[in-house]
Amino acid sequence: MSANRAAESLLALSQWEELVDLPKDCPLSASEDEGDSDGERKHQKLLEAISSLGGKNRRKLAERSEASLKVSEFNVSSEGSGEKLVLADLLEPGKTSSSLATVKKQLNRVKSKKTVELPLNKEEVERIHREVAFNKTSQVLSKWDPIVLKNRQAEQLVFPLEKEQPAFAPIEHVLSGWKARTPLEQEIFNLLQKNKQPVTDPLLTPVEKASLKAMSLEEAQMRRAELQRARALQSYYEARARREKRIKSKKYHRVMKKAKAKQALKEFEQLQKVNPTTALEELEKIEKARMMERMSLKHQNSGKWAKSKAIMAKYDLEARQAIQEQLAKNKELTQKLQVASESEEEEGGTEVEELLFPDAVNEAQVNADGPNPWMLRSCTSDAKEAEIQEDPEQLPEPLAHNVSESEGDERPVAEEEILLTEFEETQSLRKRSELNQDAESVGSQETKDSISQEVLFELRTLSQKLKENRQSRKQKASSVGTVLQVQREEPAPEEEEEPLLLQRPERVQTLEELEELEKEGCFQNELPRPMLEGHQLKKNPNNQTNAPKKKKKEKMIDLQNLLTTKSPSVKSLAVPTTIEELEDEAERDQKQMIKEAFAGDDVIRDFLKEKREAVEASKPQDVDLTLPGWGEWGGVGLKPSAKKRRRFLVKAPEGPPRKDKNLPNVIINEKRNIHAAAHQVRVLPYPFTHHRQFERTIQTPIGSTWNTQRAFQKLTTPKIVTKAGHIIKPIKAEDVGYRSSSRSDLSVVQRNPKRLSARHKKQLKKTL
Amino acid sequence: MERAPKPGRDVPPKKDKPQAKRKKPRRYWEEDTAPTTARASPGPPRNKKRNQELRPQRPKTTHNLKKSRISKKPQVPKKLRKRKNPEPQRSLSGAQDPFPGPAPVPVEVVQKFCRIDKSKKLPHSKSKTRNRLQVAEAEEKETSVKAALSELLLAEEPGFLEGEDGEDTAKILQADIVEAVDIASAAKHFDLNLRQFGPYRLNYSRTGRHLAFGGRRGHVAALDWVTKRLMCEINVMEAVRDIRFLHSEPLLAVAQNRWLHIYDNQGIELHCIRRCDRVTRLEFLPFHFLLATASETGFLTYLDVSVGKIVAALNARAGRLDVMTQNPYNAVIHLGHSNGTVSLWSPAMKEPLAKILCHRGGVRAVAVDSTGTYMATSGLDHQLKIFDLRGTFQPMSARTLPQGAGHLAFSQRGLLVAGMGDVVNIWAGQGKAGPPSLAQPYLTHRLSGPVHGLQFCPFEDVLGVGHSGGITSMLVPGAAEPNFDGLESNPYRSRKQRQEWEVKALLEKVPAELICLDPRALAEVDVISLEQEKKERIERLGYDPEAKTPFQPKPKQKGRSSTASRVKRKRKVMDEEHRDKVRQSLEQQQQHKQKKAKPSGAWPSALDRFVR
Repeated sequence: MSANRAAESLLALSQWEELVDLPKDCPLSASEDEGDSDGERKHQKLLEAISSLGGKNRRKLAERSEASLKVSEFNVSSEGSGEKLVLADLLEPGKTSSSLATVKKQLNRVKSKKTVELPLNKEEVERIHREVAFNKTSQVLSKWDPIVLKNRQAEQLVFPLEKEQPAFAPIEHVLSGWKARTPLEQEIFNLLQKNKQPVTDPLLTPVEKASLKAMSLEEAQMRRAELQRARALQSYYEARARREKRIKSKKYHRVMKKAKAKQALKEFEQLQKVNPTTALEELEKIEKARMMERMSLKHQNSGKWAKSKAIMAKYDLEARQAIQEQLAKNKELTQKLQVASESEEEEGGTEVEELLFPDAVNEAQVNADGPNPWMLRSCTSDAKEAEIQEDPEQLPEPLAHNVSESEGDERPVAEEEILLTEFEETQSLRKRSELNQDAESVGSQETKDSISQEVLFELRTLSQKLKENRQSRKQKASSVGTVLQVQREEPAPEEEEEPLLLQRPERVQTLEELEELEKEGCFQNELPRPMLEGHQLKKNPNNQTNAPKKKKKEKMIDLQNLLTTKSPSVKSLAVPTTIEELEDEAERDQKQMIKEAFAGDDVIRDFLKEKREAVEASKPQDVDLTLPGWGEWGGVGLKPSAKKRRRFLVKAPEGPPRKDKNLPNVIINEKRNIHAAAHQVRVLPYPFTHHRQFERTIQTPIGSTWNTQRAFQKLTTPKIVTKAGHIIKPIKAEDVGYRSSSRSDLSVVQRNPKRLSARHKKQLKKTL
Repeated sequence: MERAPKPGRDVPPKKDKPQAKRKKPRRYWEEDTAPTTARASPGPPRNKKRNQELRPQRPKTTHNLKKSRISKKPQVPKKLRKRKNPEPQRSLSGAQDPFPGPAPVPVEVVQKFCRIDKSKKLPHSKSKTRNRLQVAEAEEKETSVKAALSELLLAEEPGFLEGEDGEDTAKILQADIVEAVDIASAAKHFDLNLRQFGPYRLNYSRTGRHLAFGGRRGHVAALDWVTKRLMCEINVMEAVRDIRFLHSEPLLAVAQNRWLHIYDNQGIELHCIRRCDRVTRLEFLPFHFLLATASETGFLTYLDVSVGKIVAALNARAGRLDVMTQNPYNAVIHLGHSNGTVSLWSPAMKEPLAKILCHRGGVRAVAVDSTGTYMATSGLDHQLKIFDLRGTFQPMSARTLPQGAGHLAFSQRGLLVAGMGDVVNIWAGQGKAGPPSLAQPYLTHRLSGPVHGLQFCPFEDVLGVGHSGGITSMLVPGAAEPNFDGLESNPYRSRKQRQEWEVKALLEKVPAELICLDPRALAEVDVISLEQEKKERIERLGYDPEAKTPFQPKPKQKGRSSTASRVKRKRKVMDEEHRDKVRQSLEQQQQHKQKKAKPSGAWPSALDRFVR
């Protein structure tokens, strides 16, 4: 520093000398050239000095005005610059001026910047703007979606929306202006005052006030802090547990489990030492768990996990191990306590078995020295066999179907003598009928007996008939089978009227029949149906040759089936009324007369014919498009070939099944009631896609005839209610509880961030 | 269709009804002091004579504990709720509600008012549709609960004759019943001895207050039978086949030998309808204002009495028609024919809606019960049958009667009466809703002449029988509906009320063409025209707007969206759909085959091939 200063002072001194010299030299300079140049140099120096005094030693670059003559190739001349190159100049550090640095920076910046892109097309810019604007507005509008939905689903909307707030006056205000006037009021007030109930300032009773003051602020704060801490702790633990649970490593879990087990054992031991009673309790708990396990069998291989593992165990060693572990655990848990001796257990077992098996079986067992499971089983099987042998035939038969039944019926035909042993037959029949009658109400045993008897009788007659013509044996047998089935299916006595009614067409008047009719009249209970069936069977052979008749006959049987199965059973007429008793004899004669009188007109056949016609008429007609003579020889009496007709016949689609398809005694008109259809709905309103959905919504009547007054009013409330003379303003955010601040908008954006697709985001960035 | 009971309607107190000592209702603010006495107080003392319970008039008190109220909410949770907040709703006075929560509603009663048919399965519905369905169901539940709750206001309960064990109620004579009941009820049993003008037909008005009867030999009379005040009595000097009140008592239709005449309650002839000639039976459909006439010439004619036009004249093509009844449920007319069939008619159809073969002989009488569920028929074959009218038309029970029933009638509560010669038999059902069981008659009565007309009086336990010896009014306990609808058919209405009702009824007149077998069908969508319209729309548009759009593969990134791959993807989806279709059709075929295979059952015989 001092050296510097010295130098400066020196410099300054020399400069001052020069300055002093300057006036002296001035006249000289004009005269002398040499001195002139010298003076010039000095002047330069002076300028330099002055400029350096200014702080910033700006160096003026030498200006080259003319080409120098002394340019040599060996040294650098400083001629042009008007100054000699000084060595010190060269040694000077390359100091950068501050003004340059800023320029440099700017330069750098300019260099680093790329060239400015061309602006986008106007259309594109507009499109992007539009998209962005659309997104924004849809976001803003989406907050209205729930409200719109709610309003659409609302049963009733009341306009104008903003409700007048009822003017709330605090109760004190109301009460303060009020005074007790009547004696009753005064009395009440007196009472209230006596009981220290607040009268003028009724907000809080003294007790309530006291209770409010019970907890001080600090206490409350402390308590709050405590609660906060507890909550935080809890959440930590929860988080930790969740984290640990999420660890998938099996090894980790295994280790953990083992560690836990060890820990538990240790703790238990410690507990035993410290506090034996609690340890005992622990033990009990474990025991309880074991018992629960024994009861629930949770650890057996019945669970979902265990099942899947069992499948995997074949291939996976680990799974196998897991299963074994589980089983071991199960064994451990379910193991019976060894407190009781084994013999006891066995005794218990035998006891149970004793309960299960009859005494005789048990006695045999008692004789044997030990409970042998093999022995046991054989015993039971013996018992079963004995049961089976009671009725040896039945066991295979119940399983048989119609076919086997018909076979069974055939067999009696073949071997009459054997079959005529009635006992066996009735038994087997009963057995079968019992099996058949599962669903229906069980008739009395006697009726069954009688039925089977009749069946037998029938069979016998049948067999005799069959001898006469053996050829048609099979067929008849099958028909018998069906008939039998029908019989077994319904033991209802009075139902036989319908079948009888329906059998009419095939019937031929015989003496027997008349007898039957009489019977029917007299005893409502007794059903001569089986007999009738016998008749039918007798008539079968006669009909067989006639094919169409036969077909009809089959249909009839079907009808019969239907009728008999459908109609419920009816109780018999028990006691005839006095009047009936009086008329009894006359009645019988009359009955017979009536039967005879109506025997001729075949009501049923007529009805069936009518029905057939109706069915035919209601069937959609096929369309025949054949053109006679087209592609064939023309002429009189030409007939298109069958092939051609078949080809050009447009078959009508089969309509839905008739409603009376299964009702033999009914013809239901299938024609549409056009007049009524005009009143029906024929357009599905908007949200419904299927007519049944809509039907459900209109099935409840809304008229006051079918509803109570309240319900009627509720069902017929108008969808929109407006107040007369009020302006209905558009809905505002405040009306529905939204604040119209930007915050709500933000929340909307957060709620559905998906709305902004990636592409849009990119574009947004670009525009920003 | 059940109607909700109308609580608010004006029901004036019945004059003739004894004011039985009613149990005083215990108010909740009263102390729990005398419940034991109240509960112990029985109804009226049991009948002294014959040890039978005679309740011909709607007794109120005897039945008090029978109705089991099943509340939907079990009791336990209520208690629990109570415990949760120990002061549930303490009122200002400090009194506690002894019956907290909503009133218990019997489930069966609610079920009665539920009308949405949930048996039909719905296709999958979108959320919006589902919402609407849920709303509809909630509405139904609410309204039905309300209706069930208001049933509490139906104060009257039906009575019945109950024999001691083993005692036959059919052996109880009318005289015994009359002796046992109160004076007002006993006055309802009477006989009109009118031997001069032959067998009588009779008809009660809809309110059950008025009675009109016409004798074969021209005697026509109308009277208020409760007070026995005669309104008119004339002789039309012509054979009277049938007589019937029109919608209200001042108008009276009489089927005379040649034409149909209409008289007013003064006996003045208002109309002579010559288009209805040789009418044998009359039937009035009150909600349609239609007078149905069956004629000897075989025509069933519907006459709209509100405008005086003939709505329809249908030829039954079954000869003389002299058996006719109406189904009160759906206003379908049932005609009985001589070939044993019963045909069901509606004015909108030229052909019968249904034909049922009921008897081997001709049909003598038909009756349909008030719910439209059962039809009773009797034929020349001496059978009495009860048919189920709910779709199947199958006989439910049958019985042979010694002499065959010439006349049948159902009461409002489902009792069936049959007139056989000079005897009247009444059968009652076991349950409330069941058909009358024909095993044992409930009551029998012998008249002085053969029966010619039968009708149960509405809202009174009375059966009117017209016979050759005049008119008999019998007491039949439990026959009629005990509660009447004061705005619909009020026996005690004044003239003004009647006029008002008339206007309302005319405004609510149901068009004749709406009569069909299932009246609820009107609440269904007309599927056929719906489909037709859909088809037309598709034709008009050239495409199906509701069809599933064909699969369009999505464009994919990174050069996987070449045309070939897109086509491939498209084809894949198409193939999958096609496979599904094929699979379905195969399944259907198999099912079809199984169905076909089943009925054959036994082995097919070799001769079966000849069967066509």
